[in-house]
Amino acid sequence: MSRQSLSKAHKKITELSWEPTFATPANRFATDYRFDRAPKKDPLKQVLRSYFPMEEEKDNRVYGAMDGAIRGNMFRQVQQRWMEWQKLFLSIIPFPEISAARAMPMAIGAVPNPQLHNGLAVQMIDEVRHSTIQMNLKRLYMNHYIDPAGFDISEKAFANCYAGTIGRQFGEGFITGDAITAANVYLTLVAETAFTNTLFVAMPAEAAANGDYLLPTVFHSVQSDESRHISNGYSILLMALADEENRQLLERDLRYAWWNNHCVVDAAIGTFIEYGSKDRRKDRDSYAEMWRRWIYDDYYRSYLMPLEKYGLKIPHDLVEQAWHRIWDQGYVHKVAQFFATGWPVNFWRIDGMTDEDFEWFESKYPGWYAEYGAWWEAYNRLRHPGANKPIAFEDVGYQYPHRCWTCMVPCLIRQDMVVDKVDGQWRTYCSETCAWTDTTAFRPEYEGRPTPSMGRLTGKREWETVYHGQDLADIVTDLGYVRDDGKTLVPQPHLDLDDPKKLWTLDDVRGNTFVSPNVSLNEMSDEEREAHIADYRGRSNITPSTV
Amino acid sequence: MTTQADKPVKEQRSFPKPQFTDAEAGALVFPSSGSRAFNYYKPQKMRATMYEDVTFDVQPDPERHLLQGWIYGFADGDGGYPHDWTELRSGDWHRFRDPNEEWEQTIYRNNANVVRQIQQNLSNARKAEAYQQWTPTWTRFVERNVGAWMHAEQGLGMHVFVTIQRSAPTNMINNALAVNGTHKLRFAQDLALYNLDIEEQLPSFDGSAHIAAWQSDPVWQGVRETVERLTAIQDWAEATFAANLVFEPLVGELFRSHLVMQIAARNGDFTTPAVIGAGDGDYDRDLRWTRALFDLVFKDEEHGGANRAIAACWLDQWVPLSLDAARRLQPLWSQADEKVLRFEDGLDRAKDRFVRLMDGLGLGSSAEGMNQ
Ligand SMILES: [Fe+2]
Ligand SMILES: [Fe+2]
Ligand SMILES: [Zn+2]
Repeated sequence: MSRQSLSKAHKKITELSWEPTFATPANRFATDYRFDRAPKKDPLKQVLRSYFPMEEEKDNRVYGAMDGAIRGNMFRQVQQRWMEWQKLFLSIIPFPEISAARAMPMAIGAVPNPQLHNGLAVQMIDEVRHSTIQMNLKRLYMNHYIDPAGFDISEKAFANCYAGTIGRQFGEGFITGDAITAANVYLTLVAETAFTNTLFVAMPAEAAANGDYLLPTVFHSVQSDESRHISNGYSILLMALADEENRQLLERDLRYAWWNNHCVVDAAIGTFIEYGSKDRRKDRDSYAEMWRRWIYDDYYRSYLMPLEKYGLKIPHDLVEQAWHRIWDQGYVHKVAQFFATGWPVNFWRIDGMTDEDFEWFESKYPGWYAEYGAWWEAYNRLRHPGANKPIAFEDVGYQYPHRCWTCMVPCLIRQDMVVDKVDGQWRTYCSETCAWTDTTAFRPEYEGRPTPSMGRLTGKREWETVYHGQDLADIVTDLGYVRDDGKTLVPQPHLDLDDPKKLWTLDDVRGNTFVSPNVSLNEMSDEEREAHIADYRGRSNITPSTV
Repeated sequence: MTTQADKPVKEQRSFPKPQFTDAEAGALVFPSSGSRAFNYYKPQKMRATMYEDVTFDVQPDPERHLLQGWIYGFADGDGGYPHDWTELRSGDWHRFRDPNEEWEQTIYRNNANVVRQIQQNLSNARKAEAYQQWTPTWTRFVERNVGAWMHAEQGLGMHVFVTIQRSAPTNMINNALAVNGTHKLRFAQDLALYNLDIEEQLPSFDGSAHIAAWQSDPVWQGVRETVERLTAIQDWAEATFAANLVFEPLVGELFRSHLVMQIAARNGDFTTPAVIGAGDGDYDRDLRWTRALFDLVFKDEEHGGANRAIAACWLDQWVPLSLDAARRLQPLWSQADEKVLRFEDGLDRAKDRFVRLMDGLGLGSSAEGMNQ
């Protein structure tokens, strides 16, 4: 279609909507935001007549690449270290995608702007596309990669693994609670606008470096729809800013959404990129460097900051704080170490780090070896069954962490842990902002103002609580992370598939009792608890090199 | 603090080197090395379809594998996809499969094919100067009445189907709803752009007449009222039932199949049936999945009877409204020059189809009283 006929088509399509007089659409999803005074802002326009053929064309390229990868024996060159983390990543990501589709009616119901409704409806179908195209990629991996275990239980594992639960916030956060908080601020203004760059651009680059060029093909195709989604969100934001009353809520929601996305996405994607890669060229960017470019410069400085002039309060402090955690406090390294500590309850295998990795980390993050080197050496030493227990149950000077009640990533920057009695329960938080999210933001009142539509944090939020006091072998059995011989575990702390004796079985992990840090904390007397917290915050938790 | 701005300009770009890893399926034999099927759900047939594999369990369920429950709730504490968002109950909502097996590839293939076909027809019509052959009476009919229908599709697409795909308890149902909504929005746009196409070719064609027809022509007010009331339904299953099983056969097919498709050609119009026919094709698809869904809940061992009783109440409410909307369309049957059809014949056919539909779902007795 020519540009002129396209703009005529857009104009024609505006004739489709009308003001109802007999009945108005059901009000399903509440919001405390107000749009009755907002001037209507239009997003990028899309006519379905050109949309469908355009997307079909993109699909054809993706499926062509898939055929080519199989014919060209791509899997002879993929790194297992990388592919194993895809078992986790691709278990999580189709859910946020489909949740984005489900979030669209929440935004449609909240914002009275038919032009925007059209854009949001097209986004809905894009997101169905993303979810199913990613499931299909995972299916292809399951069929062609050497070790299908973990891919074969994917959506079940996503639903019962602690790591899946962490990832599920990036999804449940889109579809529940205040409609605008969820479907606009959390989903579009932060998750899509800021973090899809690391997800769909930085990650694919790393995949390619590890021999997998299908992930880039699929995810670049996904990312090419994203600018329209970002434009939808931006239009809603400008409309919201038109009403002074919304600004306090926007400030609250940006703080929550920014911080939660940082906690969750940087934990996961940071780990995949830094610990899932075999590419140790010194001039390949570290996750921190990528973050600085994609998130700090492109999102924070180029997108968020200019919005200040419209009256948006930007969480400058939290952007700096996130960067501080990534750059100075080893956030990603501590998360990766935690994932590896918990390997028996994962559904993927985690490769140990080698001298070449050590060198790369040290060059990218000076001081890395002193803090994490000895622990990874212990991880390697303890990687085979027989002579020892899983590393979490051996004394390597690493104390299993408390979990953050809000973001569910553990409190790994130990000195920052916040402990508070909330709703009658002692809870731990990784940070002040996560504590604030639970105690202040997700409540029916905010700074003296009623917020009846705001959501709640629900569920059994500490994963360990579910299995407190149980034997590790029973837990792994209950989770279903056992291979088809009925005894070998899906997860392994190494990649050695050549020798069955190196593979851990249920018998190798039996006799280890799992303890919930939160249950224990709540059983302590006041003095015990205070001493425990002081010790937790003060402990270096660094494995001594003599272990 | 070091950032990349501080880095010296690279003299030479380096690239990762490919490595032979032999990480191909079958390279080694070990436990689960041959486990190459998603094993967390039971496919409907012996072998899982692509559609099932890419759709099933993507929306988790505390009654299936969701160990920690939903971790975010609405203000009332409900999270995820509460089952009480419909009055109907099912022993297992997950048994529903979309007989159209819609996923990414089918959605884009089908809809792209439809728009290509329509564009081809319109370009042929343009070349043949087809619109110029229409009589003034038929031109009025198309600009007002074929035009008015675009609003019905848009309203149902946006405020029934797109809206309720947030509400059903499984991914299979919600995706079917999303695809249904997409069909309607595409068809609404097909009609709008068709209207634009004629407007550009035919100076006497009033491209805005459809708005007045929809808003205030008494003939269309019953349809508009029914559509608006359908958008106001809270219960997602009721909305689906009322739109696809009551409104569509009694009003949608009456107008599209039993009127426009029958009389257009007799009035020298060969393009309108091509456009409207696409909507009928969509509805065939949409009806297929809708029947599969309600077949399941009405035959549910434990809840089937109660579900049918609820549906009977829905019929009491939506059949009279739809019939009223249908009857108010009657004057359209005498608006064209070539009026070979009687309204009552068209309505009878629509009712027949509807009664057969209800019979097939075990609701025959509830639908019987509709002629009074
Ligand atoms: Fe997406
Ligand atoms: Fe998106
Ligand atoms: Zn936290």
